[in-house]
Amino acid sequence: MEVTGFDTWVLSLAVFLPLVGALIVMLIPKAYETELKLVALGSSLIALVVGAYIAIQFDYGAAGELQFVVDKGWIDVINSRYIVGLDGLSLPLLLLSLVVVPLCLIYSWNHIPDPGNPKAFFVLLLILSTGMNGSFVSQDMILFFVFFEVVLLPMYFLIGVWGGEDRRYASLKFFLYTLFGSALMIISFLALFFLSKDASGQLLQTFDMRVLTDVAGVGIIKSTQVWIFAGLFMGFGIKVPMFPFHTWLPDAHTQAPTVGSVILAAVLLKLGTYGFIRIAIPFLPEGAIAWAPWIGLLAVIGIIYGALGCLAQKDMKRLIAFSSVAHMGFVMLGIATLTDFGINAAVFGMVAHGLITGMLFFVAGSIKERYHTLEIARLGGLLKSAPRMGWILGFASMASLGLPGLAGFWGEFPAILSAYNPGAGLSEEVFRVYMVIAAIGTVLAAGYLLWLYQRTAFGEPTEEFAEQKIADVNRDEWIAWMPFLIGIVLFGVWPNLIFNVTDDVVSGITASVEAIAAGN
Amino acid sequence: MWMLENAFVIPLIPAISFVVILFFGKRYIGADRVHIVGITALGLVWVLSAVAAFQWTQRVENPPPDAIVQVHDHGDDHGDDHGDDHGDDHGDDHGDDHGVGSGHAGDGHGGGHSSPLIRPVISTFSDWWSNAGVNFAVGTFVDGQTVLLLMVVASISLLVHIYSTEYVKGDRRYVHYYAFLSLFTAAMLFFVMAQNIIQLIVGWELVGVCSFALIGHWWEDKPNTDAALKAFLTNRVGDVGLLVGMIVLWGTFKTFDIDVINTMISTNPGAHHLALLVAACCLMAAVASKSGQFPLHTWLPDAMAGPTPVSALIHAATMVVAGVYMIARLYPVFYEGFSIGTSSINLMAFIGGFTALIGAGLAFAQWDIKKVLAYSTVSQLGYMVMALGVGAWTAAIFHLFTHAFFKACLFLGAGSVSHAAHHTFDMRKMGGLRKDMPHTYRTFVISSLALAGIFPFAGFWSKDEILLGSLVGQQNGYPLMLIFGCAVALMTAAYMTRVIWYTFHGEFRGHGHPHESPKVMTVPLWILAGMAVLAGAFNLPGPVLEPIGLEGLAHRIQTYAEPSVYLNGLGLSHPDPSLTMALVGLALAVSGILITYLYYWRRIGLHGLTERNRYARRGYTILENKYYLDHLYNDVIVETVKRPVAKWANRFNQNVIDRTVNTAGETARDVGRWVYKWIDQGAIDGSVNAAARGADSSGEGLRSIQSGKVQNYGQLLFGAAAVLAIVFVIVV
Repeated sequence: MEVTGFDTWVLSLAVFLPLVGALIVMLIPKAYETELKLVALGSSLIALVVGAYIAIQFDYGAAGELQFVVDKGWIDVINSRYIVGLDGLSLPLLLLSLVVVPLCLIYSWNHIPDPGNPKAFFVLLLILSTGMNGSFVSQDMILFFVFFEVVLLPMYFLIGVWGGEDRRYASLKFFLYTLFGSALMIISFLALFFLSKDASGQLLQTFDMRVLTDVAGVGIIKSTQVWIFAGLFMGFGIKVPMFPFHTWLPDAHTQAPTVGSVILAAVLLKLGTYGFIRIAIPFLPEGAIAWAPWIGLLAVIGIIYGALGCLAQKDMKRLIAFSSVAHMGFVMLGIATLTDFGINAAVFGMVAHGLITGMLFFVAGSIKERYHTLEIARLGGLLKSAPRMGWILGFASMASLGLPGLAGFWGEFPAILSAYNPGAGLSEEVFRVYMVIAAIGTVLAAGYLLWLYQRTAFGEPTEEFAEQKIADVNRDEWIAWMPFLIGIVLFGVWPNLIFNVTDDVVSGITASVEAIAAGN
Repeated sequence: MWMLENAFVIPLIPAISFVVILFFGKRYIGADRVHIVGITALGLVWVLSAVAAFQWTQRVENPPPDAIVQVHDHGDDHGDDHGDDHGDDHGDDHGDDHGVGSGHAGDGHGGGHSSPLIRPVISTFSDWWSNAGVNFAVGTFVDGQTVLLLMVVASISLLVHIYSTEYVKGDRRYVHYYAFLSLFTAAMLFFVMAQNIIQLIVGWELVGVCSFALIGHWWEDKPNTDAALKAFLTNRVGDVGLLVGMIVLWGTFKTFDIDVINTMISTNPGAHHLALLVAACCLMAAVASKSGQFPLHTWLPDAMAGPTPVSALIHAATMVVAGVYMIARLYPVFYEGFSIGTSSINLMAFIGGFTALIGAGLAFAQWDIKKVLAYSTVSQLGYMVMALGVGAWTAAIFHLFTHAFFKACLFLGAGSVSHAAHHTFDMRKMGGLRKDMPHTYRTFVISSLALAGIFPFAGFWSKDEILLGSLVGQQNGYPLMLIFGCAVALMTAAYMTRVIWYTFHGEFRGHGHPHESPKVMTVPLWILAGMAVLAGAFNLPGPVLEPIGLEGLAHRIQTYAEPSVYLNGLGLSHPDPSLTMALVGLALAVSGILITYLYYWRRIGLHGLTERNRYARRGYTILENKYYLDHLYNDVIVETVKRPVAKWANRFNQNVIDRTVNTAGETARDVGRWVYKWIDQGAIDGSVNAAARGADSSGEGLRSIQSGKVQNYGQLLFGAAAVLAIVFVIVV
């Protein structure tokens, strides 16, 4: 597809408009609070409009190909170029990211957590937005890496400044842990740069992800692939996060301000799984095949382990954080099967988890704001004190436990299903065991979510809050939450909205993996 | 045949009603008038279901050419089909084209079958979801079994809607109550017309959620929410089986389409035996949870915490038969998987028979009238599953049909009693109500007789078919099942007599003045009682009708509802009616009533046995404690997972995994401190400083200050390194 005129700009606009907004906000004095908020929201909304334009202009018949591609010189010394492009895999995630940020801004409008300073808060959210959007459209490894890392600092400050009591420890842990993974990841990127060869054995020395996808690691011997994959695995696996690299997540989530948690759950974690699908598997198919049983193992351990962790939690937010470990386990299981079915389910699961867990964190944040605690034992009777919020919590819990008809189901069930017949010659016996374990995980998911719901929403309000007036969902919250709620129902009722978009890309990836596996 | 092809409007109506009631009910209709929406919707559903049922009978009586599958004797070479001019008959083309029926009638088909095989009406609507390049449609699958269930669900739901206007009147959540009744009806109707197994799963789970919401309707009280959670979680345990079983089916047949799966098995029985066995066992777990079969039945009695009309609709007549319905719908899977045709005992028959037995046993030890009925439901569901297990497909569905009416009547009767007698369900506080509540009493007795299986009430006919089916079986009889079935027949009659004694006879033991319920409650009771008498007429055996010259009306349910298009291929046979079996069944029921009558009314028998006899007392204690299954599940399994295991996992997380991370971080910091102190400052800087030390002693102080802040330094260094790395990457 020849990209011309305005279309050459759209992806860059979607990525950098929030950053431009951030720069303008920085120039506005703090005293003009409303103005700077409006500018911030405006820039993210314009980015969203651009996103909508992209979604409309996108050629769904050719969803398997990169569209709106721009390829310009950037760092010529290392042959790194500014390449952005969008296909059916990137589109849903880019849109998710574009939608979540303005909603978070709206939610924060009158709810800037202590110690205040809306200007800095909004600037950081906008920078974060640029990092996330950029990661999903980059087609050059160095560019990807830059965006991937740009995400870190704003989140570090969001947790470290506006977080809870233990914010310093949590933010530093988040930062160092992710950075550690990134360090290994960049080494793997460099290894890919130096070792990749084309079919004729010519060294490529490129960071161009399109080229590396095409060559599919043919020039790299298997043992090397396994090592490079290990580096990528650390980089992405920590971000997902996969058991046993998940311990930064509960701390970060518990301490982060509400919108920090929402963005973390809704978008940031997806950078890891996206990396697996976009980079690790297509670049290194043999490494992927060698690692897949282990990834699957860690995924199902994560499913059970995360659920057990949930059952032990006394803090609502920490419980939701642990549930992310379990849910991302389903996503990783789908990816580990190296099948179309599983990876499509994984992408669906990424979007669904973003909406559902994001929604749960929103509710948790609003409860915290009203009750000034998230200790489950002290809550209770939410349905009585704030009925609408109680209903939303119930709805989101049901979605989270994978109720068919809501979005969560379509990430979970096909992922479990795909493990019945894993691809690329992987052991059926092993993956069928994983399948059963994952299915058992759905029982535990229902257990911890309904138990949480029983303790927080059912019954009478505890004595402590019986006399207190608890405000129900307010206008800002409705505006911020409604798209989440609609999305959960819409994708649940008509899942083809996502499956149709992602299938072409995914089948391309798995086809090349299958071809490699068949060649062995 | 419009209604059969567009059956989707039937569940759509209550779905719309749900949205209207929930979101606009309070504001635009009025909180106390939302039932109008629900009843109107259900009235429409009932009419449309009746139209669908009528059109289906027409399709069977005068089949259009495309509805008939050409009959081949079982075991024919099906490859021939392609050669002859009748085209493809056996569903080889189902995968691509569902809109069009796939058989051609031709004139005169051989094969020796008395009636032609009628294909279901399958309509698909759109690409619902897709994966791996395959589109999966959403659609409706309508055949006799479907329309039968449509009629059952629509009728009972409508009556429950009407009954509830009085029973739930003034409830604090009247709007939610009606909203969820509507949603439940929609989900159940969606479930019964599922075209593929994914839709089965969706409907299955949605009815479960409605059940959860309605059991926990009065969620202020913890016992209610406990019961709701228990119901949902137990069902989730079974759902593991559902998910895995359905996945195995998918893995074996590479399709979700029920029609294709059934056709593939019935045209080629014997293939994939192992896979079908695994799938059938897994699905059996799901049936056990949803249809209250041992060992997952324990949630059902607790579910009585919900409002009584809900118990009648969901936990007696409709939702709990979803498991039975699923077995019947995917019968070839179970028939081949469990080798029902050739065995004389199998897992399904055993589970069903055993459940029937233990459920009936537990019904004796209950004082709560609803719990007696709940265990009775468990027991009767066991009957149905057992019937399916012995190959008596029609008997099971026939019993499902009759049971729905008389059990709903019994539950609503219990509700009427409670409504009139100070909201108690404790039979020790009732007694003598027959005078005060004549309508409730009469309908209750009629339904009890039907449940007990007394001639000529509905239960007699359906239970007889089940016993007969166990006796004859397919290739072999099922003797153990017959013994179970006979024992249950006796026990059922006995425990229902006990209920009637405690509730309606003797002296009134409560307080206040009980009174008959208003018409809006008794009229539904009479309608259901009428069906408890008449429902048996839908599948009367031929010999009964011959003397009056109506043999053409024999076995209507078998004729219309049985999916012989699949079952014929399996070689399923029907036993000939047996007068002996019918008399034995009747004798058992009568003796059950008689013994109990003598025991309570005439005070004859071993009264006070449990006080005198150690073993009798012990047996009663076991019954009272429900075989200790609840202890096993709650105190042993759930508590272990919830407390020690989860705690252990959490401690492992904090003390091992997280400690490792923290230790790594701290070690790095310590190493940094050591390097800084001894190498950087000590060796390298030290050598530099050594020269200046003499000149400036302040170096000592500086060093100590720096060392004191080493932690901050570490952070700064790390952060700076990261920023530098980024800058480096961008700039270079």
